[in-house]
Amino acid sequence: MTDISPPQRATSPVTLFWREFRRNRPATVALAVTLLLFLVAIFAPLIAPQNPYDLAGLSLMDARRPPGFVGSGGYTHLLGTDPQGRDLLSAILFGLRISIEIGVMAGAIALAIGATLGVVAAYAGGWIESLIMRIVDLQLSFPAILLALVMSALLGQGKAQLVTALVAAQYAYFARTAYGAATSERRKDYIEAALATPLHARRVVFKHLLPNCAPPLIVVATVQIASSISLEATLSFLGLGLPVTEPSLGMLISNGFPYMMSGRYWISVYPGVMLIILIMAINIVGDQIRDQLNPRLRR
Amino acid sequence: MKPRDQYLKVEGVSKIFSPRLNLGEKIARTLTRSAAPLGLQAVSDVSLRLPRGQTLGLVGESGCGKSTLGRLLAGIHEPSSGEVRLDGLPVMEHGKKTTTAVQTVFQDPFASLDPRMKVGDAVAEGPVLHGLVAPARAQSYVEGWFRRVGLDPSLSHRYPHQFSGGQRQRIAIARALAMQPKLLICDEPVASLDVSIQAQVINLFLELRRELELTCVFISHDLSVVRHVSDRVAVMYLGRIVELGETAQVFDRPAHPYTAALLDSVPRIAAEGEALVEFKPIEGEIPSPLNPPPGCHFAPRCPRATARCTAEAPPLAPVAPAREAACHFAPDQLREAATRHVA
Amino acid sequence: MTPVLEVSGLRTEFRTGAGTVPAVDGVSFSLMPGEIIGLVGESGSGKSVTGFSLLGLIDAPGQIVGGSVRLNGTELVGMAPQELRKRRGKEIAMIFQDPIATLNPLLTIGQQMEMALAAHERLGRRAAAEKSAEALARVGIPSPRERLSSYPHEFSGGMRQRAAIAIALLHRPAVVVADEPTTALDVSIQAQIIAEMKALARDYGVAMIWISHDLAVVSALASRILVMYAGRIVEEGPSARVLRDPRHPYTRGLIDSLPSATRPGEMLAQIPGSMPSLLSLPPGCAFAPRCAFASSACAARPDATAAGDRAWRCVHPLGQDRTDQKERAAS
Repeated sequence: MTDISPPQRATSPVTLFWREFRRNRPATVALAVTLLLFLVAIFAPLIAPQNPYDLAGLSLMDARRPPGFVGSGGYTHLLGTDPQGRDLLSAILFGLRISIEIGVMAGAIALAIGATLGVVAAYAGGWIESLIMRIVDLQLSFPAILLALVMSALLGQGKAQLVTALVAAQYAYFARTAYGAATSERRKDYIEAALATPLHARRVVFKHLLPNCAPPLIVVATVQIASSISLEATLSFLGLGLPVTEPSLGMLISNGFPYMMSGRYWISVYPGVMLIILIMAINIVGDQIRDQLNPRLRR
Repeated sequence: MKPRDQYLKVEGVSKIFSPRLNLGEKIARTLTRSAAPLGLQAVSDVSLRLPRGQTLGLVGESGCGKSTLGRLLAGIHEPSSGEVRLDGLPVMEHGKKTTTAVQTVFQDPFASLDPRMKVGDAVAEGPVLHGLVAPARAQSYVEGWFRRVGLDPSLSHRYPHQFSGGQRQRIAIARALAMQPKLLICDEPVASLDVSIQAQVINLFLELRRELELTCVFISHDLSVVRHVSDRVAVMYLGRIVELGETAQVFDRPAHPYTAALLDSVPRIAAEGEALVEFKPIEGEIPSPLNPPPGCHFAPRCPRATARCTAEAPPLAPVAPAREAACHFAPDQLREAATRHVA
Repeated sequence: MTPVLEVSGLRTEFRTGAGTVPAVDGVSFSLMPGEIIGLVGESGSGKSVTGFSLLGLIDAPGQIVGGSVRLNGTELVGMAPQELRKRRGKEIAMIFQDPIATLNPLLTIGQQMEMALAAHERLGRRAAAEKSAEALARVGIPSPRERLSSYPHEFSGGMRQRAAIAIALLHRPAVVVADEPTTALDVSIQAQIIAEMKALARDYGVAMIWISHDLAVVSALASRILVMYAGRIVEEGPSARVLRDPRHPYTRGLIDSLPSATRPGEMLAQIPGSMPSLLSLPPGCAFAPRCAFASSACAARPDATAAGDRAWRCVHPLGQDRTDQKERAAS
């Protein structure tokens, strides 16, 4: 037995993971961009030059002005203004905030529901497994966007309704992934050892089985947050997502769309660029995490 | 028998693993009225007793069911029929393990520790949840066990991947013993370790067994290890116990032709005066446990086999004081072994 | 007789992010035709890497950095890969611990043997089948002709290993390197294969290097034994004598730690500690930190001491006093 003398302090798997992550420059940049955008979204009310919701501050005189226009409020609209006369930069920052909020919320709820269902199905077996996994398979057999469309059409507009629609469309991916990981972990000795102690089934599932299914779930979570952001943008673009009072990036693009042909490109393009940067950054981070966690790509 | 001799009592235990059928297969089976038995009889009708404080060695080759029997004793698998009792109480009830008095050490220390849990937490988990130690005292309790198994207590904050195989097996032993078991099941605990590490772990086992007055079941394919650590030994072949008795007697004068043949196939280092050790291999392959031969399962490979052996499975029956064997010719075998042993 | 294989000063290193690992560090030995030698050691001793190095089967980041391997007088180290490939399988062959790794699951045993034959020989289909069946029969596979059309998964573990051995022996190579070929098998199957390998070596004059961690298996099979520790051979000699009366404290420790060496239930003799990391070996004798006899003299790398047909690398060899006394008593 080659004794690799352990380092002085406990290096947790997280520390080791981060050490390896840092070696990929583009992924590190993407992570920095993602974190920056999240921070900007969180602090949007402090950063944005204008509060786009404050109707009193808006003037229709300023509507659809190009980037660099000095508005009636006295300050320069760096990215121009939108059809309501809002400062586009401020609108994008607030839109980003809403998009990320919805994406993360939907992703987190879908993760919690999906992972629990998948792990429980794998652990319990029998008819519980059959029931859960058949529903999941059925749902995975048609596109998520279709389900999200139907759901938001049924539920109507609003943040809670939109999140529900997104969760309904996406939990199945988490359930599948968790089920796959848990069925292979379930057979390992450490689960048997925990059950032989004996530990309560609930503890074995949530304290031993679930944490060991985390790597693939983290990968799916990053990808799914990106995809719920774009799904939300799609729904909002189609006018099904949020009410007009809460403009997300998708709605900003939609708002500007009629003016594309008349040369007022910025109203649609800048929110679009922001959306692309956000989704790309999250996906690059997700790719790197997947590469690091996939045992087949290692060694 | 005195109850003292029946500390561990295994009564007619069988285990059949049936494959999980999906809906389509179930329909197909119903439609074709297929009555062919499904499943693998891993352990069939095993009965044995083990007195308190003794170690039972469980030996056999792959597919013999020794690991499955170990899991039945440990309360990991539920017997398809029969019952396992420890100190008069059943180990399992309604498919759930009801006692903490049986603990298990598994073969592969790389698989038996949760890779995402600090080893100290893994050792503390069971005792804390079962109220053997107060959460506030867990840390010192764990450190105490680390010291007893020969590990630096300060290592308890590390993760399993930071330890070597031998160290991990020590942790696995600490985890089992921290539950303060009466019966310890060791399933091939040294099979994946190097020779020099193997000796360290066996010594640790011998030491702790004495200190804690443990009753043990020691499962191994390695006959020399079993001979070294066990008081009694059970030899298994294709799900059945073919011979049971005191270790020295079984090894010196085997009553079952399979035991004799198995002992002859083990290479050993030549003793003084011997040139190379010649050994006689057993003819043929181990049959598939999915489709075992009729009668005595060993008959197709057995030099003594007659028509009676394929027609009628010999039961495990007493052949000498405190010795049982499942062979129609056990008395002959025993007589011959005796003459050979004297010679 | 001239040796069929002569290895001298063989060095194989692995370059890793953490440093250079000297997996094989100056290994020398020679092998006579028909001789079986046992190469024993624990994991990390370099015994398997030595075996792979003999066939030039070392992939990056590993590299043979020095020494020579002469097969029937031809130097193999530094030989062009296509030249080496011509000899591999024909003159020198390898058997692995896991036959699954050698057998292609998609081809029948017969097809694989035919391909192995075609690699070095021109034979008609019928002649190839004939020869393959013969080879399978030789390793104890019953009804070999029918078995040619079986796939590897239809074989048991023991049968698979037999088929792998039959393929390795198809061209009657001069040397076979067997890396733990029976470790994964049951004892009764192991005994059969050991008996067959002995017969094959005897009948065909194949020389064999049997790599194993199991001293008893090696003692049952090999006439000579090489004990490896941390990349170096620490002791060699006729197996019966080495195992009965070892010179190197490590060999002694290995033998004593076997359960059969002690009375049942008693504490086994154990070697303290564990194998050092090859990345940070002690400067002198690699075993010194675990050795009961270590002294300041062990801080320098011990040279090999030879005496007759035995040799060891230790400044405090065991057992010699006793031999001396015996010799004195005899005279």
